[in-house]
Amino acid sequence: MIIGRVIGNLVATQKHPSYQNKKLLLVKPIDLEGREDKEAIIAVDTVDAGIGDKVLVMSEGNSTTEELGFAKRQPLRSIVIAVIDEIYSGQPEKGKGQLKE
Amino acid sequence: MRLGKVIGTVWASVKDPKLEGTTLYVMQPVNERHEALGMPVIAVDTVGAREGDLIYWVGGGDATVPFADRTIPSDVTIVGIVDHLKLEAGP
Amino acid sequence: MELARVEGHVVATAKSNRLEGYKLLLVQLLEPDLRESGKYFVALDTVGAGEGEVVIIVRGSSARQSEKLSNVPTDTSIVAIVDSLVMNGKTLFKKHHQETREKAK
Repeated sequence: MIIGRVIGNLVATQKHPSYQNKKLLLVKPIDLEGREDKEAIIAVDTVDAGIGDKVLVMSEGNSTTEELGFAKRQPLRSIVIAVIDEIYSGQPEKGKGQLKE
Repeated sequence: MRLGKVIGTVWASVKDPKLEGTTLYVMQPVNERHEALGMPVIAVDTVGAREGDLIYWVGGGDATVPFADRTIPSDVTIVGIVDHLKLEAGP
Repeated sequence: MELARVEGHVVATAKSNRLEGYKLLLVQLLEPDLRESGKYFVALDTVGAGEGEVVIIVRGSSARQSEKLSNVPTDTSIVAIVDSLVMNGKTLFKKHHQETREKAK
């Protein structure tokens, strides 16, 4: 799972049936200092996340299929599976310490 | 799932029978500002995308299962066309 | 499978029910020679790993192959804690004996 920040909402009319009634979020992977990756991931929201939230993105097709209640594997990979309250990281000598929002 | 832009069409008269009825596009992965990321790839379309459309796609094993009756030999499959994208207010 | 070091943990209240009861650890991917890669993942812990320990992680669908995890949504799992790593006859890493003994108790 990777840590990301929700940067947007995505709306689509023409889409694969498995995406029907799913809320899609645009999530940028971030590192511990909050620096964003170049490419955003599109993920189905399962935890009612909003723009600006720090979230956990899980990208594994079988897990996603189960989590969303499909009987059969679907062309869906990434879901937002948790909203992160806090990240604790040791190694204060590297200037990481406890991350604060 | 990731964003991309349809930038071209591939015509192939001889193709795997499981790909019958699908369209093959040249797709450029892009970021949320439509800027290109990496090299364009060939993608199987399942949703009726057209050239110029901003789409989202799925790769790897999940690209093989868009149809109920068969798996297809694809590693990049277009699964939705973006109507609009609401981004947080920029800096 | 890849080597990683446990660097911390993640706390999340709003999460999938099926993640309930599992520890989510922040790990940094290590090169085979234990150099830091700078790449971080959040991994599901199945072995009771602690901060600072070098562990083995499994990514992708294999992350769910562990017996305990057949119903848990995860793409990265910790499946082992590394005691020592020897490459070309050279010991690159050895866990402190004391720590090992404490774990055994």
